Amino acid sequence: MNQLIISAATEGEVNPLMPNLWEMGVVLVGFLILLFIVVKFVVPMFEKTFAERAEAIEGGIAKAEKAQAEASAALEEYKQQLTDARTEANRIREEARAEGAQILADLKEKAAAESARITAQAHAQIESERQAAVVSLRAEVGTLATTLAGRIVGEALNDDERAARVVDRFLADLETQNAGAAK
Amino acid sequence: MHLPAILPWGAAEGFSKQMLLVLLSVAIIATFFVLAARKQQLVPGKLQFAGEAAYGFVRNGIAKDIIGGRDFIKYVPLLFSLFFFILVNNIYGAIPLIQLPTFSHVGGAYVLAGLVYFTWIAIGVKKNGLRYFKLATVPSGVPWFILPIVIPIEIISNFLVRPVTHSLRLFATMLAGHLIVMIAGSGIEFLVMQENVLLKGTSVLVLAGAIAMYMLEALIMVLQAYVFTLLTAIYIEGALHADSH
Repeated sequence: MNQLIISAATEGEVNPLMPNLWEMGVVLVGFLILLFIVVKFVVPMFEKTFAERAEAIEGGIAKAEKAQAEASAALEEYKQQLTDARTEANRIREEARAEGAQILADLKEKAAAESARITAQAHAQIESERQAAVVSLRAEVGTLATTLAGRIVGEALNDDERAARVVDRFLADLETQNAGAAK
Repeated sequence: MHLPAILPWGAAEGFSKQMLLVLLSVAIIATFFVLAARKQQLVPGKLQFAGEAAYGFVRNGIAKDIIGGRDFIKYVPLLFSLFFFILVNNIYGAIPLIQLPTFSHVGGAYVLAGLVYFTWIAIGVKKNGLRYFKLATVPSGVPWFILPIVIPIEIISNFLVRPVTHSLRLFATMLAGHLIVMIAGSGIEFLVMQENVLLKGTSVLVLAGAIAMYMLEALIMVLQAYVFTLLTAIYIEGALHADSH
């Protein structure tokens, strides 16, 4: 207690707002030393670590983003390939259909041409046969007409009923002749 | 309660315990942070993590938040050094046997506040030229007839009172806390010495009060280190952006 009173009394004489110059000097020097160490070592080292860490994290993020981009590119490529394959298949199918139609049309045309050819051949044959018949008829009609006329004249020309009979007989002969010739 | 004085204690000359503690604080802070920062691992160990948390508190919590922009990193070393220098020197007051907060002697507070004072004026002048003194004392948007009153007030508050309050705030809180704990200790000692048992018993009440005051002081020691650094950041920010204030 006595000590306290004494120290308080001695301190009371000193204005507490008056600084001790030596203390100020020591604080100034000490603080400047600390500031120097902080500027020179502590802050650069911490900042470097922070920067490296930020870079590492950002690098990781960038890597993940790249992988994701690659994956989506691959997916895109597969989709593209699938679409291409579908288009190709459709194209082939269309082509086959078109080709089938073409073949069918060709066959139809060929058949039509063949039938036309056959028809034309038949026509030509019929025509030539008709022509041959006309020629042979033309040769026979004269003879027949002469023979007929001779018979009619050989009979009485005034009897109509007789003439009709002669004609009928002539025709019947002609038919038997023809039948015999056909045999 | 005190360590014996080194050379004349309390005297105006000589190498005192307070001076030794100041130099010790420099060694403690420098050693701790150099060791913590040295390894520079991406995944920090315990020591590095603690150092980074402490550094990040000043860097992001004070410098980045108050000064901001891209320039704040230039002022981180000053703010960082101030905060931990004041913190350690204050905490001395709460450590048994040491129990001497450096800034309970006013000289140290004058030195730091003076450094900050010239620093922010230099920053303001470098940034804005001599026009800075006009920017700092003539507020924009004030009617001309009020200016004769406002300008002297601004000059007094910014250039005269500011360094005084900046230093005395730290000094006064540390001295007051130091005195209260010391007086409580002496009071307990006085009461314990009494013959009367009841009177002797009241020393327990004083002890409880002293412990509460000790806790409060420990809080104020940390708080004042933060306040001093925060104000420094605010002054620097004001000097940097004088044209927008």
